[in-house]
Amino acid sequence: MSDISRRKLIVTGLAATAGVAGIGVAAHLARKYGLVPPDSGGVYGPGETLTYGAQRLLTRHSLAREFSRSEISAKPFANELAPFSDDFKRLQAGQFTDWRLSIDGLVDRPASFSVAHLKSLPQHSHITEIGCEEGWTYIAEWIGAPLAHILERVGVQPQAKYVVYFSIEPDWWESMDMADALHPQTLMAYGMNGGELPVGFGGPLRMRIPRQLGYKNVKFINRITVTDNLKPFGKGTGGSASDGGYAWYAGI
Amino acid sequence: MATLGSAPTQVEASFSAPAASAATPAPRHALLVRVTHWIFALCFFALLVTGLEIVVSHPRFYWGETGNVNMAPLFKIPIPASRNAVPTGYGYVLPDQNGWSRYLHFQSAWLVVFTGLLYALYGLFAGHFRKHLLPAGEHLSRKNLSAAIVSHLRFERPGEAEAHSYNVLQRLAYAFIVFVMFPLMILTGLAMSPAFNSAFPAVVNTLGGHQTARTLHFFLTIAFVLFLLVHLLMLFLAGFLHRCRAMITGHVPANKEGK
Repeated sequence: MSDISRRKLIVTGLAATAGVAGIGVAAHLARKYGLVPPDSGGVYGPGETLTYGAQRLLTRHSLAREFSRSEISAKPFANELAPFSDDFKRLQAGQFTDWRLSIDGLVDRPASFSVAHLKSLPQHSHITEIGCEEGWTYIAEWIGAPLAHILERVGVQPQAKYVVYFSIEPDWWESMDMADALHPQTLMAYGMNGGELPVGFGGPLRMRIPRQLGYKNVKFINRITVTDNLKPFGKGTGGSASDGGYAWYAGI
Repeated sequence: MATLGSAPTQVEASFSAPAASAATPAPRHALLVRVTHWIFALCFFALLVTGLEIVVSHPRFYWGETGNVNMAPLFKIPIPASRNAVPTGYGYVLPDQNGWSRYLHFQSAWLVVFTGLLYALYGLFAGHFRKHLLPAGEHLSRKNLSAAIVSHLRFERPGEAEAHSYNVLQRLAYAFIVFVMFPLMILTGLAMSPAFNSAFPAVVNTLGGHQTARTLHFFLTIAFVLFLLVHLLMLFLAGFLHRCRAMITGHVPANKEGK
């Protein structure tokens, strides 16, 4: 073995060792600072972890673009819906007066809110774009109670890591991390474009999380659970979309 | 005449290239260029397939900020869609493949970005851009440009000099890909991300809106595919196996180029 190839071998070996050690340290730090998504396993885990980690480093406090009232889409698209369940139809027949949003899990004071109760809380609205992973978009004014304010009222415990939210319709639920849950633009939306939130767009209650795509903006919300572990829910990936093969984080 | 290496130069046509010495011929392509080339090729294939797959879920394109099936499109691609909500005129709906397509699209994009950074650092600091990619003054003379264009239009096989560096049209094409199309592809892709747009709104606003960015992303894809077709055509004209071997091993067998 010549000197040059021996030197090459030593340098390569050292570089490989440093590389493995570096990845180990990076993985530890990433976990410590909440940069690893629940779907980080599997063949697409590396890319997904980079996507989620990068956005958590770059966009933790950034605000979704807000538009002027004149930019509100004249023709928004509600998207298709499965036929409503009997539970939904019963509540719809009563103008949703019996609709309840229950909040449990890692909270000091589990609670249940009627739509009217939510409307009595401090209101926030923003004119933002909602985009579907398919590629289409529209701009609307969204009116609701900031999720951060609701969570403050029920007293989120310090070990909380995720907020899981469920539609009244079967097999429709998602989760978000605390950075998104406490983000000022994340709304429990009950109004749209100055009026009630139409049923097609998710009325009476829709999760509005404007820095993520449409499929995280679940319609007909009736339950929220705060947790530090997504494993017990569904297949354990943190949402019905991710259980079905979509990325859990939908900021892109 | 720019010299392209420390070896003695020979002048052929209007190019200069290091004369390949029999003992240690200079590689046709540096190791880093070869490795990044094939990573790019692999990612390009993955990005193209998954990108077109995602388009199938909404084969309509718009201009400006917003666009959906209730709005008039700039144009439609006349293919069936993988979503019931899209009016295509076809009586059936294709299966939804967006889950893995999106995962693989972004994973490939990350690999492309890291590989691109490596390539850019090499290009800047090892002189690859200056020596091989950016056309120097004499390359851009009218005489040389017209000679190169005429030679290409006649589908002439490249001479010996081009075995060692790129001709002026290659340089212009590769430089355009590296410095214009590649950054635009990344930026128009990111401009479709609501999270990226929240942190860097200037990008999507400068491009002209979310839907304009999506449409430009699609146009750039077409431009990349056209580039690939010409790239492959040139490869066949110049000698497919020799050129492929040069991009794998780095070396061209003596006296094979152009024969």
